[in-house]
Amino acid sequence: MTSTVTERPDSPGAAPGAGSRRLTERVFRIRESGIIAVFLVFVAVTTAIHPSFLNEQNIQFLLVNTVVYALLALGETMVVISRNVDLSIGSVLGLSAYVSAGLFGPHPGIPVPVVFLVGLGIGLACGMANGLMVALGRVPSLVVTLATLYIIRGIDILIVGGNEVTAQTLPNSFINIPRAGVLGVPYLAIAVAVVIGIGAYYLRSFRSGRELYAIGSNPEAARLAGIPTGRRIFTAFTVSGGIAGVAGVLWAAQYQTVDSTAGTGYELTVISAVVVGGVAIFGGSGSAVGAAIGALLLSSITSALNVLGISQLWLEAISGFLLLLAITLDRVISLRLQAALRRRSSGVGT
Amino acid sequence: MERDLLTRRLSGAARASLRWETGLGLLVVAIVIFGAATSPQFLTSTNFFNTGVSSGEIAIMALPMTLIVISGEIDLSVASILGMSSALLGFLWARHWPMPAIFVMVALLGIVAGLINGLLVTRVGLPSLAVTIGTLALYRGVALILLGPNTISNFPASYTNIGINPLPGTQIPYNVAIFVVLAVIFGIVLHFTATGRSIYAMGASPDAALFAGIRVKRVKTMLYVASGLVCALAGVLWTFRLATAVQNNGLGLELDVVAIVLLGGVSIFGGKGSMAGVVLAVIAFAALQNALLLTNFNQEATGIVIGALLLVSVFAPNAAALWRRGLPRWARGRPGRTAPSSPLGALHD
Repeated sequence: MTSTVTERPDSPGAAPGAGSRRLTERVFRIRESGIIAVFLVFVAVTTAIHPSFLNEQNIQFLLVNTVVYALLALGETMVVISRNVDLSIGSVLGLSAYVSAGLFGPHPGIPVPVVFLVGLGIGLACGMANGLMVALGRVPSLVVTLATLYIIRGIDILIVGGNEVTAQTLPNSFINIPRAGVLGVPYLAIAVAVVIGIGAYYLRSFRSGRELYAIGSNPEAARLAGIPTGRRIFTAFTVSGGIAGVAGVLWAAQYQTVDSTAGTGYELTVISAVVVGGVAIFGGSGSAVGAAIGALLLSSITSALNVLGISQLWLEAISGFLLLLAITLDRVISLRLQAALRRRSSGVGT
Repeated sequence: MERDLLTRRLSGAARASLRWETGLGLLVVAIVIFGAATSPQFLTSTNFFNTGVSSGEIAIMALPMTLIVISGEIDLSVASILGMSSALLGFLWARHWPMPAIFVMVALLGIVAGLINGLLVTRVGLPSLAVTIGTLALYRGVALILLGPNTISNFPASYTNIGINPLPGTQIPYNVAIFVVLAVIFGIVLHFTATGRSIYAMGASPDAALFAGIRVKRVKTMLYVASGLVCALAGVLWTFRLATAVQNNGLGLELDVVAIVLLGGVSIFGGKGSMAGVVLAVIAFAALQNALLLTNFNQEATGIVIGALLLVSVFAPNAAALWRRGLPRWARGRPGRTAPSSPLGALHD
């Protein structure tokens, strides 16, 4: 086959190469453009039925609700791209939310940045523990993070006891973090968008970011190509944990009442958002932007049900159905593309 | 010749899991000694009944899960099928359906739920982890739609008594008796039938199993259907035991079920594990929760111990290899060997 190509370096030989490059480009574009199209159609339809969906208050509500999920989705994307999974983020969020926001009770004057650093520190410690066990112990991340999901939640429950952080103990400067904004757009949403942009740029354009994709596509080949797979996976888990820690502090600022159940079940919602956003559950493809839009889509469904007056009871079934639809469509499209690529390459041979 | 290789590999796996079961047996003994030493109530028949009755449904759901994980897949929707069945039971009872007709409908619902999982995994070819996270939300969502915030609790006492009374003449709760019967059935299917051997084969190597003429897709679909049906049964038992049908029945139990199966020595990559191991893990899980309850340990924090056991269960088989290898090279700044660390390696592709 290769000889056929070299024999005909002119137009017939060049065309299939260019064609398959166009096709692969299209795959990359489809990954995000699909979810963006779904999101836009969803917003357009909802707005057409009920124009108040796009009023300032509702957009603000939507963005504030998305912030925590979109942040968590960024960390989870890094882990999932490397063909791992982090189930412990809900528990990390809960522990960080209680411990960090709980500092305001005994130390009312504590500066808000210190509280964020505490949350970040807790998250990083949990993430490092996950990363060390997965990378050093070479055990499946599903099992390790399932175990740390239990352990971190258990520690949280022991620390919390029967108490809870209440809104009265929290200073206004802390509570206002998700609420302050310009033109109805919370500063926090802008900051999170910037963070996601940086994360997406890192994954797309940095060597160590690209290496995560390589590890996810084929761990053994990545290792043989000289990629320090253990270190990269460790980094991905550490970042995911750190993000969950910060998200915990934001969660506390947003909901203001923190007990030992904070963040329970978030891990599966975030994985849903990541997968809906086009990140392959077995690694190697997807983007941070897609995952963030996945999170935005899931929380805009909540908001749309509100506006349209449909009972919130439908929310869970709809998001489950959406996830199944997303992965099925992704599968069908990739099968079509594979078939098309095969046809083209066999065309070269004959 | 290939079959020879396969048999040898399987018998090697069986030997490894035998050692694992010995360890689990010792763990159960240790928990019982701990429980008996710390609380005089631990070894009483009332306590035995309470321990059994409160873990029965989780134990029942762990049985089909064992076969599914050995076949190289996973089912995270089990607790949602339990909740959905419970909701349908309450929904139809509130509409004055006769109980036998309700049972038929609930069984059908479980079969359909399992069939959806199975077809999406085998025929569409999607990863079971993603599919069953989706149906976890979907089936729980159906429960929410059916019942909303309502609680149905006016079930006749002849049914709800299964949560209070043991089988006549014994101290065995109904759900534990059903677990024992099902464990024997699933154990026989797994260990003494051709289908059972094929489940190991497809977990160890899906391609080899396919080329050996095993109907991988059909068997896996059947496993999901069995799981759906058994989880529907667990939903009925759960509803009657607590005398309550509410949309969040069994919320989050899927992770408990997976934890038990893994603690039982079943490999998350498929192809390894035994029914005896899972049954021992069920006993260890139930006894441990009960012992910690009696020692006034914060009941909800028992997850720490279960999580630690899970870590031990996954690290113990690797410990020897890790020790032999010494410090991994990547820790010294050079690229080292890393085993494929996919969430479910055998499911790749």
